[in-house]
Amino acid sequence: MELPVFYVLAAAIVVSALLCITRRNPISAAMWLVATMLALGFLFVTLGAEFIGIIQVLVYAGAIMVLFLFVIMLLSLRGAPSDMRRWPAWVLALALAGTLTLQLLALGRYSPERLAIEYSGAPTAEPDSVFHGAAMLQSQVASHGVVGAMAQPLFSTYLIPFELTSILLLAAIVGAVVLAKRRL
Amino acid sequence: MLLGPSLTLSAILFAIGVAGVLIRRNVIVVFMCVELMLNAVNLTFVALSRAHGLDGQVFVFFVMTVAAAEAAVGLAIILAMFRHDQSIDLRQVNLLKG
Repeated sequence: MELPVFYVLAAAIVVSALLCITRRNPISAAMWLVATMLALGFLFVTLGAEFIGIIQVLVYAGAIMVLFLFVIMLLSLRGAPSDMRRWPAWVLALALAGTLTLQLLALGRYSPERLAIEYSGAPTAEPDSVFHGAAMLQSQVASHGVVGAMAQPLFSTYLIPFELTSILLLAAIVGAVVLAKRRL
Repeated sequence: MLLGPSLTLSAILFAIGVAGVLIRRNVIVVFMCVELMLNAVNLTFVALSRAHGLDGQVFVFFVMTVAAAEAAVGLAIILAMFRHDQSIDLRQVNLLKG
């Protein structure tokens, strides 16, 4: 059941991402990006990250993209000429993106089994006996729920980074207000 | 197991984002393509967190926070840029060009 859902969502993600970078109108590009992020949120749920999936829809497809749409409409770019670069850029983009895809496709060959064998040095090793993350994830979700399992490391192991992000957000708010102000 | 296909999908998504940055001249669209790349990396984190534990998902949380801050500051810069020369075309941004 998981696999067909995954492939439908993957096709939706790739098609809407391609439409996003090729639409001339910035508004339709933004709407296709919303579609990409929405499908990605569903994909996160399929992959067992329910909380991240919901946050993806709320923060990315909701908040961040609304910000983009606001700015696009604020700038009123109607009647602007096409912003596509000429063909040399297309050739460069295709070559670079193709090379990058080929290199990153090596990621697809990653398997926990092989890493477990290399990590433990034994000729055969079960990934679950070498890495305890997956088992711990399941037990934590069972005892604390989906959100609780996420809150546990966030407020213990990652407490200092968590506090730092609040400072970062404060700095971003102040920076955005200062930059967008007409006169200081 | 969806690990391999997920990582492949994130590779393709990242490459689409890179291609978008290279073929567009509109600053806002280029910025959206950067968000697309961030999303591709998030997909990698989520896919690997399934095999290696929750830390990947915590990282996605942080990436999203940083992306939100980046979007707010970046869009403010774009607004200031539009106010400066009435255009958001990347060709107009050549003040530092020698």
